[in-house]
Amino acid sequence: MNDKPKWIRTARCEDIPLREGRSVRFGEREIAIFNLGDRFVAISNRCPHRDGPLSEGIVSGNTVVCPLHAWKVGLDTGDVERPADTLACVETFRVRVEAGFILVEMPLEGAEKKQAPGICIEHGGLPVVPKPPRMGIDDSDIRNIRA
Amino acid sequence: MNGSNEQSNGNGNANRERLVVVGNGMAGVACVEQILKHSKKFEITIFGDETHVNYNRILLSSVLAGEKSADDIVLNSLEWYEQNGIRLRLGVRVTGVDPAQKTVTVDDGSVTAFDKLLLATGSSPLIPSLDWVQKEGVYVFRSIDDTRALLERARPGTKAVVIGGGLLGLEAARGLQVQGCDVTVVHLMDRLMERQLDPTGGGYLKAKMECMGVKVLLNKSTTEILGNGKAEGVAFKEGPSIEADFVVVAAGIRPNTELGRKASLQVNRGIVVNDHMETSHPDIFAVGECVEHKGICYGLVAPLFEQGKVLAATITGNKGPTYEGTVLAAKLKIMGVDVFSAGDFNDKAPGTDAVRYEDAALGIYKKITIRDGKLAGVILVGDTSDSHRYMDWLRAGTDLTAMRKQLLFPSPVADAGLDTAQMPDHETVCGCLGVSKGAIIQAIHKKGVNTLAQLKECTRASTGCGSCTELCQQLLKAVAPEFQEETRKTLCKCVPFAEDNLREILRSQKLRSVQEVLDIYGNGTGCEVCKPALSYMMDMIWCGDHEEDRSARFVNDRVHANIQKDGTFSVVPRIRGGVTSPAELRRIADVADKYNVPMVKITGSQRIDLLGVRKSDLPKIWADLGMPSGQAYTKGVRMVKTCVGTEFCRFGVQDSTSAGIELERRLENLFTPHKVKMGAVGCPRNCAEATVKDIGIIGQEGSWQVVVGGAAGKSVRKADLLVTVASTEEALSAAEIFFQYYRENANYLERTYGFLERLGIEKVRKETVYAPEPVRQGLLDRLHKSKALAQDAWLEGETPRHPTQFIQIEPIERIPL
Repeated sequence: MNDKPKWIRTARCEDIPLREGRSVRFGEREIAIFNLGDRFVAISNRCPHRDGPLSEGIVSGNTVVCPLHAWKVGLDTGDVERPADTLACVETFRVRVEAGFILVEMPLEGAEKKQAPGICIEHGGLPVVPKPPRMGIDDSDIRNIRA
Repeated sequence: MNGSNEQSNGNGNANRERLVVVGNGMAGVACVEQILKHSKKFEITIFGDETHVNYNRILLSSVLAGEKSADDIVLNSLEWYEQNGIRLRLGVRVTGVDPAQKTVTVDDGSVTAFDKLLLATGSSPLIPSLDWVQKEGVYVFRSIDDTRALLERARPGTKAVVIGGGLLGLEAARGLQVQGCDVTVVHLMDRLMERQLDPTGGGYLKAKMECMGVKVLLNKSTTEILGNGKAEGVAFKEGPSIEADFVVVAAGIRPNTELGRKASLQVNRGIVVNDHMETSHPDIFAVGECVEHKGICYGLVAPLFEQGKVLAATITGNKGPTYEGTVLAAKLKIMGVDVFSAGDFNDKAPGTDAVRYEDAALGIYKKITIRDGKLAGVILVGDTSDSHRYMDWLRAGTDLTAMRKQLLFPSPVADAGLDTAQMPDHETVCGCLGVSKGAIIQAIHKKGVNTLAQLKECTRASTGCGSCTELCQQLLKAVAPEFQEETRKTLCKCVPFAEDNLREILRSQKLRSVQEVLDIYGNGTGCEVCKPALSYMMDMIWCGDHEEDRSARFVNDRVHANIQKDGTFSVVPRIRGGVTSPAELRRIADVADKYNVPMVKITGSQRIDLLGVRKSDLPKIWADLGMPSGQAYTKGVRMVKTCVGTEFCRFGVQDSTSAGIELERRLENLFTPHKVKMGAVGCPRNCAEATVKDIGIIGQEGSWQVVVGGAAGKSVRKADLLVTVASTEEALSAAEIFFQYYRENANYLERTYGFLERLGIEKVRKETVYAPEPVRQGLLDRLHKSKALAQDAWLEGETPRHPTQFIQIEPIERIPL
């Protein structure tokens, strides 16, 4: 096994339409790759709220809006921008384009283990503020659910 | 309306003096409004060479930019002229004045006598060389007709050159750029709006214009418009020429003084008037841009209102008030480019101090000049929210010595209402029409004004440039006992327009992609609120003749299935009227087996839902089902729930099953502002719950009731009766008419019940089933046009719009395990 982070060829540039996302699976991971016109970005495909597939969200500038309950996640930072009071974030991945392919940098196997689920490295290891389990969905959740 | 009134000239009511007004523009008509306030003693005739009633000329730039229609900027309707007994002669030009005989000659040969003559002839665009305008493709920007001609000419991608970087030139440039033109502004001076801005302010403005996509060339002296008979480019003294498909000349204005000269009045640059607005002839008066007062010719709106007030007093025999000149203030009316300038901003004059603030990153520049402890001038770029305070200081000559430390940033006001509360009564709210806070409060108390529209009607406040609208609203809110906010909610922060405005903008600007709207009228990025709304508008207005941008659609409308909490999808095939067959049911069962569908559910809408389907299985499932999409995932036509009606039921009096299936067939595959659920029942027992559906048809003996606006979801509402008709066809047609009316007029995500409550059933009836035949037919025609182009979305299973639309991408190089 390599001890360096590995760049993975994921998809062709033309696989991802402008201002849309697509998900790519690697073993256990699912990564959402977005085409922002001037660049591609990659984040984990799971919304920290209720695991919504972020790759299916509407892109708004450099954020994506989760299709389930409209949480908004920064595509460059991985930070959750809405709701404003949460410290949750999603993992981000470095991306480069080479010969028409989108390459995504996968962290080391070992490094991956260090990053326990629910802990955000970018926020100095602060744990994600646990959301109390809710009995129903409140209004702000319903507002943006379509259909 | 023209030409039939002359016979009464000269022999009218002997008691009334004849007042002839030459010019039907803002100055002339505003002055007449003031005269009517003083006295009704005049028999008034107004001549206008345009064919329009008086409109707000300063908002033409908004018409060019598609933010307003020509109708929106009308100031005085024909009824106003009629109600005030004013003879209006449009489309004719007064060519001569005989000051001795006291008559005017009109270009149709008629002669009209006057006792008093008011010249309000305005100004004309300054054309540096006559050769220029003889070429095709050279325009000016002064009137509604000019604006229409420009709108006609402006096409996406055409190269437009605007000569002149003043207020008018920049507004024209922005309008043309919104129309999709590739616009260059060329300006003679070293900075834009040099009469209103210092070099720094000019630099900020240039950066803003360039940021919006308008090119700016400074220090360019135009020598020639190139092209043989037709504009092809513009040549400069200072170097290479540039190409142009058409050219707009906005190089300044020239007062129209010909009639003044013909009447032998004293004329310099403009018709000379004194402080009482009298000319050198005792019975001839002049107002507006055609006059010169103390050596100054004004080209802005506020002075002409002030002049009109003084003149009205003088001409009605109430001579006393004097006009002493106007503090010049100018505001650039370009959305997103805030520029305000007033007074004398020259800080080089002796005894003048300047106070400045700049934030280049935010594009904000403020500068005020102070002389003898008082405000002398102000420049605001990027943030003009304080312009009222500065104008008040300027007008009142407020001593600022004690406030020196807070001139640019007053201590914040905790309560927003306090801001207006602190304004003294004499402070001007509407600078254009000179309406003070006191006048507004008086109107509210004495005339019972409660809405902005009433305030406009009553005081004229905010009908000029409109920049005081917010302030007027605040005053109304604070003072009016029954203040009613006009319910014009904007779509969202990204695109700050009301949805009916946006629909108008899309239509008039022929905008055919969501991104285009966001770029021109919004923040360029959009969000999950505005993108689907704009996508809907595009589809409704252009019916397929637009660029369908799937990135602006919610995921359900990208994959034509309803996303579930675990990221899987649900599949609901269309089963019209809830009537299916054994073969169809077998296919559904087989599909459920083959794809291991975790749940098969009968829905509340007489349909079958296959839940827990993976995205990549969708196209295969659709193909195996061989049924069209039930649109259960979108804002569109969901279903028509039916009862068995006369076919089986012993109580049924109408064939509701067939009617419901036909209704579904006519409306399916169309998008709507929100989901539309329908019902058709064969008797008033209402077994398929038509009275709580968006559209319901209820069979009765010998007739159908068509009901609309029902709901049994988050809100529960009994539908309103739209109309009762005899035949099934009439019932279906009424449903179609309402359906299209809802599509065209509701806001996105507004269900029919909210729509009905907002508009009221009477209005809806009047504009649908009781509307004149052509209106009803128009709604039907547009519906049928959309319907002809609408397709079953599931056909994309075979011919996807994008190769990876339904595909789970697998990495090309797998991670080594």
